[in-house]
Amino acid sequence: MISAASPGRLLWTRFIRHQLALLSLVFLLALLVLSLAAPLIAELRGIDPTATDLLRRMEPPSAEHWLGTDDLGRDLFQRLLDGGRVSLLVGLSGALLSAILGAVIGVVAGYLGGRLDSFLMRFTDGVIALPLLPLLIVLAAIDPRKIGVPAEIAQSETFSLYRIVIIVALTGWTTVARLVRAETLSLKARDFTRAAQALGARPERIMFRHILPNTAGSLIVATTLSIGTLILLESTLSFLGLGTQPPAASWGNMLTGAQELLQQAPVLALWPGLLIFLTVIAFNFVGDGLQDALDPRSERR
Amino acid sequence: MSRYLASRAVQTLVTLVLMSLVVYLLIGLMPGDPIDMMIAGDPKMTSEDANRLRALYGLDKPLLDRYLAWAGQAVQGNFGYSRSFNQPVLAVLWPRLLNTLLLAGLAFVLAAAIALPLGIWAANHPRSRADYLINLLCFAGISTPPFWLALLLITLFAVSLGWLPAGGMADIRPGTPWLGAFAERVRFLALPVATLTLVQLGTYTRFMRGAMIEALRQDYVRTARAKGAPERRVLLGHAFANALAPVLTILALSFGGLFSGALITETMFAWPGMGKAIYQAILDNDYNLALVGLLVATFATIVGNLLADMGYAWVDPRVSIAESA
Repeated sequence: MISAASPGRLLWTRFIRHQLALLSLVFLLALLVLSLAAPLIAELRGIDPTATDLLRRMEPPSAEHWLGTDDLGRDLFQRLLDGGRVSLLVGLSGALLSAILGAVIGVVAGYLGGRLDSFLMRFTDGVIALPLLPLLIVLAAIDPRKIGVPAEIAQSETFSLYRIVIIVALTGWTTVARLVRAETLSLKARDFTRAAQALGARPERIMFRHILPNTAGSLIVATTLSIGTLILLESTLSFLGLGTQPPAASWGNMLTGAQELLQQAPVLALWPGLLIFLTVIAFNFVGDGLQDALDPRSERR
Repeated sequence: MSRYLASRAVQTLVTLVLMSLVVYLLIGLMPGDPIDMMIAGDPKMTSEDANRLRALYGLDKPLLDRYLAWAGQAVQGNFGYSRSFNQPVLAVLWPRLLNTLLLAGLAFVLAAAIALPLGIWAANHPRSRADYLINLLCFAGISTPPFWLALLLITLFAVSLGWLPAGGMADIRPGTPWLGAFAERVRFLALPVATLTLVQLGTYTRFMRGAMIEALRQDYVRTARAKGAPERRVLLGHAFANALAPVLTILALSFGGLFSGALITETMFAWPGMGKAIYQAILDNDYNLALVGLLVATFATIVGNLLADMGYAWVDPRVSIAESA
C-alpha cells in the first residue's frame, strides 16, 4: 500500500523515532510553561518570590517551600522558575537574532560573491578566532549612559535583558553565516535560481524568496543547537556578575553566591546548575533529532 | 611559503590594530574614569583639582585622540602601566601568560589524547551500545556549564574529600627536592586541568567520530580492505590519516574557545593566569591592563591558528599553504 504523508508529518514521524529528542522536547515545553506561569503559581501558593526572610535562611524542603529557601530566605522553587524564564527568553531570542544576522550575512556573501564575499568571510573567520568571552565581558561592562541612553532606561530590568540578548547574539551568528553561505553557493547553481534569474527577478528577491527558504532545514537545526550554547553563555556572564542583574533571578546569578555557601548549603549550588545542564542538553538533543529528521541520509554524527 | 607567512603577518597586524581600536573605544565607555577613582580615594580633592588632573593625563581630549596617543606609545614598545599592580603591563602579563599556556596546553593535550582514540573507536563501532554511551557523554560534556563543573569538582575533591587544594598555585620554597616540588605543582594543577579538559572533551570526540565515519565510507578504505590490509592499518594508516586534517582545523578554531574556558577556570580556581587577570582588570577599571591583556590573548590565539594551518599542510600533502593564502 502506498501511504501518502505530508512532509510535515513525515518529519514528525522521523523526529519521534529519536526518543531522547522527544523526551527533551517534552521537558523543554514543560519548563517553558512552568516558568511562564511562575507568577501565577506564586500567587496560588501565596508566596512572594522576592520577599526575603533572614530568619528563615537555607531551610530544608517543606510543604510551604517545596525546595526550601535560599541564603536570603526566598523560596528556591519560585526563584528557579523565574531564573528559567530569563534563561529561556535570552537563549531563544538571542538565537533568533543571531539566526537572522547570520542568515543575511551568509546569503549575501554567498550569492553576491566577489570581494564582498571574501571580506565578509574573512571577518567571520576573524570573529570566530577571537577570545570571545573577555571581549563580551568588556561589552557587558560598558556604561550605557555614555552612549546616550537615559539613566532611568539604562538601569531598568528590561534594558539589561535586551543588552544580554544582543551580547550573546554577537557570538552565535558566525556558525549560521558560514552554513548559509555554503548552502547558498550550491543553491545558486540550481535550476530554480537560474529560472528566476532568467525571469529577471532582482537579486534581493532571489536571495530572500528563493534561496533562503531552501536553507530553512539547516537553519533551524543550527539555531536550535545555538540556543543551548547561548544559554550557557548567559549563565556564565550572569555568574560572573555581568549578565542578568540581581534582584532579578537567573540560573547563572543564583550560583554567584553559592561558592561561599558550599559547605553550609550545597543544595543551593546544585539546583540552578542542574537546570542549566538539563536545559542545554535538551536543546542539543532536540537539535540532533531535527538534524536526523531533516536529513535521513546523514549518518548520525 | 614566505609570501604566505607575510600575508598572514599583515592580516594579524590588521586584526590587532582593529581590535585595539574597538577595545579602546569600548573601554572608554566603561563607567567612571581614573580621576573618578582618585576622587573616591581622596575626599579633599576639589572639582578644579579633578579637572586639572584630567587635563594633565589628557582625559579631557576626545577618545580618538587618546587612542592615537596610546597607539603611538605602543608602537614604540611602551604599553604603559597597570594601575592596580603599579607595574608595566607587560611585566604583569608575561608570567600570567605562561601560567595560562601551561594550564590550557595541558588541558588541550589531555583532551586530544583522550578524544582522538575515543572518537576513532566509536566511529569503528557505529550504533553499538558503547557508541551511544560515548555520544551521550559527549552531549553531557558540551552541555555542562564550566563554572558549575568547577564548583562540583571543588565540592567533591577539595571540600568533602579534602584530597586536593580548592585553588591557587603551588608555592614552592627554595630547597624543596624536585620530586616534592613537582608533586605539589601537580596537586594544584589537577582540578583546573581536569575542568578545562572535560569542557573540551565532548566537542573533540564528536568531531573525531564524525570525520572518521566520513573517511571510513570512502572508496580507498574499501580498496584497502579488499586488498586484505590488516584492520589496524586500514583504520589508522588510511582512514585516520585522512580524517585528521579536518579535525585539526576544528581543534585550531577551538583555541579561542580554550582561552575563554581558561578565563572561567582560572577565576574559579584562583589560578594566576591571563584570563583571570583580564577579568579582574575589567572589574577594577584597570583599563590599560585589560586592553593590553585582550590584545595579547588575541595575538596568542591568532598565532595558534597559524601554527595549526601550517600543521594542516604538513598532515595533508594535497594542501599547499601557498595556494590557500
